[in-house]
Amino acid sequence: MNIVENILARNSGRSSVYPDDVVFANVDKVMMHDVSGPGVIKVFDKLEKQGISVDKLWDPSKVWVAEDHFVPSAEKISAENIVKLSNFTKNYGIEKHFKYGMGQYGICHTLSHEEAMVMPGDVYVGGDSHTNTTGALGAFACGLGHTDIAYVLLNGKIWFKVPETYYFELHGGLAAHVMAKDLILKIIGDIGTDGGAYKTMQFGGSGIDEMSVEGRLTLCNMTTEAGAKNGIVEPDQKVIEYLSQRGATDLNPIKGDDDAQYAKTFEYEGSEIEPMVAKPFSPGNTTVVREAPSVELDKSYIGSCTGAKYEDLKAVASILKGRKVKIRTEILPAAISIYRRALEDGLLKIFLDAGVTVGPPTCGACCGAHMGVLAKDEICISTTNRNFPGRMGHVESQTYLSSPLVAAASAVTGKITDPRDL
Amino acid sequence: MMEGNVIKYAQDNIDTDVIIPGQYLKIHDYAEIAIHAMEGLDPDFHSKVSKGDFVLSGKNFGCGSSREHAPIALSHSGITAVLALSFARIFYRNAVDGAFLLPIEIGQDAYDGISDGDRVAIDIACNEIKNITTGQTYKMKPFSEIIGKIIAAGGLFAYNPDGD
Repeated sequence: MNIVENILARNSGRSSVYPDDVVFANVDKVMMHDVSGPGVIKVFDKLEKQGISVDKLWDPSKVWVAEDHFVPSAEKISAENIVKLSNFTKNYGIEKHFKYGMGQYGICHTLSHEEAMVMPGDVYVGGDSHTNTTGALGAFACGLGHTDIAYVLLNGKIWFKVPETYYFELHGGLAAHVMAKDLILKIIGDIGTDGGAYKTMQFGGSGIDEMSVEGRLTLCNMTTEAGAKNGIVEPDQKVIEYLSQRGATDLNPIKGDDDAQYAKTFEYEGSEIEPMVAKPFSPGNTTVVREAPSVELDKSYIGSCTGAKYEDLKAVASILKGRKVKIRTEILPAAISIYRRALEDGLLKIFLDAGVTVGPPTCGACCGAHMGVLAKDEICISTTNRNFPGRMGHVESQTYLSSPLVAAASAVTGKITDPRDL
Repeated sequence: MMEGNVIKYAQDNIDTDVIIPGQYLKIHDYAEIAIHAMEGLDPDFHSKVSKGDFVLSGKNFGCGSSREHAPIALSHSGITAVLALSFARIFYRNAVDGAFLLPIEIGQDAYDGISDGDRVAIDIACNEIKNITTGQTYKMKPFSEIIGKIIAAGGLFAYNPDGD
């Protein structure tokens, strides 16, 4: 069995599972945020009316809650949702609630790794589609809706159809100025936005061995944009060290067997990957940056679970150091812990000297919520993950998706720019 | 047997951001969510949809976010089934587990043969879709065993996995 089959077999009490088997898997961790949380509360209200008990959760210690989409509260409805969420966690005894304005908080997927909330081998579900991100730690990490999360909160398990696995093998490391984001955009462009539908997308090979944990998080994050059930990388020493530095102990990683089966294998040469962008209005509408259209950009947005981790900000600083931005540029570190490191390591000064507005951790404009949404006809280059019509604001705005390096280089020139050409 | 009129969007990849734009995710009142259904693609949807209508579309319907607002928006607008060449996975399971609407996979023949405004009858028991307007009949893809059971039970909470 491969890693996902091993995890799902263990958590459903079976000696083996095969693709297309339906299992009820025990869940190790479950997450919800300020959009899915109130959605779950609504489901709880419906259940109560139907006479189904919602008096207590299966295990509050395995539940954690983030505030990220509409925080700091964008207006009064968002503020009320935060109050609702706080009452819920208090009433049900959920201790791991990361609140804005109270120390560490941030985007849920970023907290999953920054706070070592998820361990290799876990079955981890979250009320957000980019839950796939955390598969980079060697977990089966999968996004679910409100009803399913409510079911997990009450029952501790959920059904899955065991997915087939597509294996993406990267031979050799990526070149200088090329990031994991470029590789995943290349892959989505190749296989299409439903090219991984219902599948596991597993990444391996010498190029992945060389890649940082944060690079792997970027890869797994955007498996969602290929329609995948989950993304995963087999955990190695880098993952163990990453989590240990963040306080994790007793790690028991699960891997695939030597005779692991994959439905399909895709091979990429690390040295051949170039800086990429996804043009409007699909993450699959990709081109290499040097062949991107010559448009006048209005804005560069550096944020989100995809593109505002510490290494992302460090890459941005390497471009912005000693330069000025030519267009509106926002940088929103994805968690307070990253914000703090950016402060301590001098990155914030570089950003401010360049003319950038630095904002608080939030999903913000990535999902068109607040903190810099786009007007009609505005064109933005963004380190985020989606560029559907209206994703970041007005339905007639346009978003180009890119790596943090490309977004920073483009901020400096005002046009879509390959960092190698600065 | 379900019968209704078809609202057809002849395109692939209808995503959750157009089914219910992100700015409305803070809303959790189902009737209010429904007012904004399909707003990112078809601002007239709310005024033209009637109870019992079906949406028909191409591949990868509902791709994008896990927001349960998407099937809620359609369902509380009156849509009882979405017919599509294929579905994105979270939209599909949200529709079924929350018992909001039926996600029905159709073939290219039904996609080509059913037009906007046609009246259609869906017979789940026979896996058949009849275009009443043209008289043509098409096969739908049968639900998998687990999906069929959850639908029959009326959603995930009503389904007893140990009761098979």
